[in-house]
Amino acid sequence: MQQLEALTREAAALANGGRAVIPILSANEAEVGRQMQICNACRYCEGFCAVFPAMTRRLEFGKADIHYLANLCHNCGACLHACQYAPPHEFAVNVPKAMAQVRGQTYVDYAWPPALGALYVRNGLTLSLALAGGLALFLMLAVALNGTLWGGQLGGNFYKLFPHNLLVGMFAPVFLFAVLALTMGVRRFWRDVSPATGGAALSAPAATEATAAVLRLKYLDGGHGDGCNNEDDAFTRSRRRFHHFTFYGFLLCFAATSVATLYHYLFGWVAPYELPSLPKLLGVPGGVSLMIGTAGLWHLNRQRHPLHGDAAQKPMDLGFIALLFLTSASGLALWLGRGTPALALLLCIHLGAVMALFATLPYGKFAHGIFRTAALLRHAIEKRQPNPIGLSDE
Amino acid sequence: MLDVLVVGGGNAALCAALMAREAGASVLLLEASPRVWRGGNSQHTRNLRCMHDAPQDVLMDAYPEEEYWQDLLKVTGGITNEHLARLTIRASSNCRDWMRKHGVHFQPPLSGALHVARTNAFFMGGGKALVNAYFRSAEKLGVQVRYETPVGSVELDGDRFVAVQTASGERIEAKSCVLAAGGFESNREWLREAWGQNERGEWPSDNFLIRGTRFNMGVLLKSMIEAGADPIGDATQAHMVAIDARAPLYDGGICTRIDCVSLGVVVNRDGDRFYDEGEDFWPKRYAIWGRLVAQQPGQIGYSIIDQKAIGRFMPPVFPGTTANTLAELGARLGLPEQAFVQTVEAYNAACRPGSFDHTALDDCATSGLTPPKTHWARPIDTPPYYGYALKPGVTFTYLGLKVNDESAVHFGGRPAPNLFVAGEMMAGNVLGKGYTAGVGMAIGTAFGRIAGTQAALAARKETCHAAA
Repeated sequence: MQQLEALTREAAALANGGRAVIPILSANEAEVGRQMQICNACRYCEGFCAVFPAMTRRLEFGKADIHYLANLCHNCGACLHACQYAPPHEFAVNVPKAMAQVRGQTYVDYAWPPALGALYVRNGLTLSLALAGGLALFLMLAVALNGTLWGGQLGGNFYKLFPHNLLVGMFAPVFLFAVLALTMGVRRFWRDVSPATGGAALSAPAATEATAAVLRLKYLDGGHGDGCNNEDDAFTRSRRRFHHFTFYGFLLCFAATSVATLYHYLFGWVAPYELPSLPKLLGVPGGVSLMIGTAGLWHLNRQRHPLHGDAAQKPMDLGFIALLFLTSASGLALWLGRGTPALALLLCIHLGAVMALFATLPYGKFAHGIFRTAALLRHAIEKRQPNPIGLSDE
Repeated sequence: MLDVLVVGGGNAALCAALMAREAGASVLLLEASPRVWRGGNSQHTRNLRCMHDAPQDVLMDAYPEEEYWQDLLKVTGGITNEHLARLTIRASSNCRDWMRKHGVHFQPPLSGALHVARTNAFFMGGGKALVNAYFRSAEKLGVQVRYETPVGSVELDGDRFVAVQTASGERIEAKSCVLAAGGFESNREWLREAWGQNERGEWPSDNFLIRGTRFNMGVLLKSMIEAGADPIGDATQAHMVAIDARAPLYDGGICTRIDCVSLGVVVNRDGDRFYDEGEDFWPKRYAIWGRLVAQQPGQIGYSIIDQKAIGRFMPPVFPGTTANTLAELGARLGLPEQAFVQTVEAYNAACRPGSFDHTALDDCATSGLTPPKTHWARPIDTPPYYGYALKPGVTFTYLGLKVNDESAVHFGGRPAPNLFVAGEMMAGNVLGKGYTAGVGMAIGTAFGRIAGTQAALAARKETCHAAA
């Protein structure tokens, strides 16, 4: 498909006597372009989020503009419920859905290495759980062959089962690959959308503003602070709150792991760590928060209004939510069950979940945070540039 | 028995239902449309014209009563009721806290609408967001809502309201009633009857588009007038804008507006100009162009601009017809080529040099041209050229029922004891003709709230009456 698009582009370039041409839009991109043309003539939704003020800086919507706007959209749903042109109106405006469809496509298009982009499409709940289950089972078999799956004399020390270096050897490459793949993808996205968003480099005020928008999830506040939409036209703060639980829970768990790594290598303090050690002080609340957040997001996702977003991406959303939940739940269970005969079993499940999470990280829902942050940064840069449209306000 | 029956589901009906419920009445609201199309024309609105003596949240500076009144006097050409107009104006100054309480959010003016930053408070998300908020609040307070329930007629006992008959034949009794079911703009037959046939033998209204809801058939308005309620206003008067001729027949709303008229020229289907495109700022003139186009042959006009105008007006929803020469543009628009080119060339030749400034009434005017273009007249000489076909777009009609301070329906000059009317069905009391942004919502909110309060009071009186 991508090759076909490239060929079409070349043909079009030739036909135009080699002049630079606007890249051919995909059907989903053309749909966003169509809807933005309608929205730009209406503008009632300007107060809800960053997408509409960004839209008003444009009269036409090229591929890069559309990729940028699609990733700027938080799928909050406010503009859909407020829209006088939403289905069944013949204009059939559904910005959250059109944006989500392009967004999903940008993840695939910007995936690194490109060949693995197709994984986004296949990434789903079943795959995530099967992967976690399969990996856990594999570890269990390995341990069972060793005869220590149940009630082994480990004294809470799981390095007896899986030596530290083995774990590092298993997880570090997968994790580092995830970081590399996402960095390469978002770098290309940044390069593509930069010329369409004022071209300027990142300034400190822009970075500060965008960071605040990310950390506060500003654009799920509805523009008025009452929150965004979920199952109907009523506003709710629950999506923002449960996302905060998830996001900050994830960060705390990540911080716990990072601190533990430092302990291990810098000070030679070997896991397990008990309360009140720093890794546990970070990890336990982080795990609990992650469980609460993902349980909430799961519930909200299942209750979402059917017209919100792209239904085809739900499996990807749910797969990611499920893996995060499984990771945090199994991590906490491992800690609570450290003195019981179930330790080895719990360890296998936890490691399977973490491995599956890492493996799917670069080709799943996690990417939304990276690409949206990039879009918010570009927005913060762009809005500081003079408006290219000389619309007079008489 | 039910206390208050509200017929309609737009802003005025919802204001009435909420006020009546807050006053302790049991309330049933009948909306003709299915749930997805609820809210009548209110779903297409975007702001409220508000009187204020000092800056308030989203409103800048001051917009005192007198200035508001003078604006209204000007646009209506004096066809207004000063007492009711001032009542509306004053009500607009203190209704917004109540609106907020029921979930309406306000925001600073939209880009491209800064000219009303001082006078108009914008609804965040527009009118549909407001309608959604009111319906949520109404349901939470216990107002019963029934969709797809158009009312066919009203049963009266003298001038006393007794019941309504729904289109499906159901009879619903109530102690009092608020009628807020809109004008008759969706009723093509009635528009045809009202506008009649012109000197060219055309039925002008056959070429009108309806910017708003398809559900305002005026059934109730007609049945009330037939039942002897005092009417007000002229059936051909309406909020009427020149919109893109390709707009859908109904519900085209705001985005079908063509805002480049003052930046170029407008010709009719014969290729002739017919009105000063630069008479005044566009926001003060857009509402007269619907009628102007309605008076042209075929009820069609063509707004013509060149490259210089691009980016200076709200982007239109449909792409314009473009060409690199005037002759080609004329041909593509289906205009008589020679006449069209002559018109534009004559205009170009008549443009006097000046310093163009679209934010002021500048000195770029034509000389020796009929009709003249008095501001922003620059030659149309920079290709590509753009053309947009325009048709009259009706927002709402002004023929309605006469009211007093209590928003009561009148029979033979006397107010009915328990029958009230609000919104488009009585806007003609204040708006005899013309329009200014946000005044429809100001009338609907003011009289919707009054009608709801009065209906709750009347219901209580009916109860006492029955008990005695």
